[in-house]
Amino acid sequence: MKDLMKLTAVELGKKIQAKEVTVAEAVEAAFEQIEKKEKDLNCYVTVCDKEAVLARAAEVQKQIDAGELTGPLAGVPVAIKDNMCTKGLLTTCSSKILGNFVPTYTAEAVLNLEKAGAVIIGKANMDEFAMGSTTETSAYGVTKNPWNPEHVPGGSSGGSCAAVAAEECSYALGSDTGGSIRQPSSFCGVTGIKPTYGTVSRYGLIAYGSSLDQIGPVAKDVTDCATILETIASYDPKDSTSVKRDSYDFTSALMADASGLKIGIPKDYFGEGLDEEVKTSILNAVKVLEEKGATVEFFDFKLVEYAIPAYYVIASAEASSNLSRFDGVKYGYRTEDYDGLHNMYKKTRSEGFGPEVKRRIMLGSFVLSSGYYDAYYLKALRTKALIKKAFDEAFEKYDIIVAPAAPTTAPKLGESLSDPIKMYLSDIYTIAVNLAGLPGISVPCGMDSKGLPIGMQLIGDCFKENDIIRAAYTYEQCSKNA
Amino acid sequence: MANIISDETIEYVGILAKLELSAEEKEQAKKDMGSMLDYIDKLNELDTSDVEPMSHVFPVNNVFREDIVVNGDDRESILANAPGEKDGAFIVPKTVE
Repeated sequence: MKDLMKLTAVELGKKIQAKEVTVAEAVEAAFEQIEKKEKDLNCYVTVCDKEAVLARAAEVQKQIDAGELTGPLAGVPVAIKDNMCTKGLLTTCSSKILGNFVPTYTAEAVLNLEKAGAVIIGKANMDEFAMGSTTETSAYGVTKNPWNPEHVPGGSSGGSCAAVAAEECSYALGSDTGGSIRQPSSFCGVTGIKPTYGTVSRYGLIAYGSSLDQIGPVAKDVTDCATILETIASYDPKDSTSVKRDSYDFTSALMADASGLKIGIPKDYFGEGLDEEVKTSILNAVKVLEEKGATVEFFDFKLVEYAIPAYYVIASAEASSNLSRFDGVKYGYRTEDYDGLHNMYKKTRSEGFGPEVKRRIMLGSFVLSSGYYDAYYLKALRTKALIKKAFDEAFEKYDIIVAPAAPTTAPKLGESLSDPIKMYLSDIYTIAVNLAGLPGISVPCGMDSKGLPIGMQLIGDCFKENDIIRAAYTYEQCSKNA
Repeated sequence: MANIISDETIEYVGILAKLELSAEEKEQAKKDMGSMLDYIDKLNELDTSDVEPMSHVFPVNNVFREDIVVNGDDRESILANAPGEKDGAFIVPKTVE
């Protein structure tokens, strides 16, 4: 039974369609693995009630048997990051303030999965409100890296990535505001995609930085990621920034051939601050792509160091506005004792939010306040325009930009939170992608001497997911056969 | 540290943020915000005088729809989430004297 969890989502889906495996058997296998691993790793905030999941499995099985569900993900167990609303299922955002919140509706991306026959196993742990890079800011305990439990899984989608790596689900959904899918995917040795902004509906995703947030897949390989993305991506009038794309076909890009692809490597991404082993692994992976027909060139990409400060102004500003809805009136936590309405708001929020969330709300409120708005907020938006322009110029010459997913492999637990700026720096290679709305994928490309996974990030131009999927698939197939 | 955050600023930002910080948290917030702003000041190295602020990477327009109710009556399940509820309404502290 355990071997079922070793399969990729697409492999398991095929066996279910072929009637070699029942949906109930797949669910049992996931629960068996959860029972074995979860107490050590804490990948989930909520593991669903097994009876309820088996009831859902029976329902899906019936539809499969009737020939109504024929898709590749029908009956396959999935973990959902706990910032996506799931009707009737606790959704905490890993915060005390939403500790008892049971949504009355399901996020569009999750609904798309359910329509395709997905079976939700649980809600994955994360940094509180997705603010963090280690999953240590969760109000429900830290998640540990399945490769070495003394290390962090990365974040903020650390629970999703660790659950996939530990085989506690067949695949997962994460969200990425500044690297929150790609960085933990790299730390956990799994594959994750942050799609072009507007590709996956944000309806029902609890907002952090609305202009940057995107939901994306986390899985064992590139085929799974392309298949999941094809299932969750949709134009949604309920999300006013949803984009009507010309094509939602991502699986046709699964070709082991990089010929004609022009790859650019920003020199500035491979200089100071990058771990030597990470650097070597990624440059070796690029060589594989070169052997499969890609052309490779180094180029100057100057604005790297400005992406993080611009990001923290914009993300914190948006967070301070988005999180003003948590006031203890309609849902979530409310303080016990208070004196009047404003005191109730203040005490509720101060007791309900953790330190990192408060830090960003304070910073965001400050940069939006009169007298500082132009100097900080507008300055950051102007910087964003420059970064977007720099990417536009790079994509005139290249199809793909190769970068590390993170400067190092996973740090040890407890080392990151004491110095916020140091933690923010760990997102240096991922953050600019969100500012420019671009798609990015992190694909495993080796291990360091400590036995921790390394990830290569491939960045594509807007709506060009298929370029990075093709390159990532090509590399993956070559490294599998090597 | 170039940016010194005063007690008054922290008080004021606390009001804007609707957060009540303890004395200890206030001291920490002064330090954190100061060092974050020092870091953010790096942006001043860039000449952005001719650059328009970019809020969205794609051209976005208002999305309009007909004002038709499409969701069902979720009153009970919505109220089930409320910290305080009475006669189908949310209970809040007295707001008008």
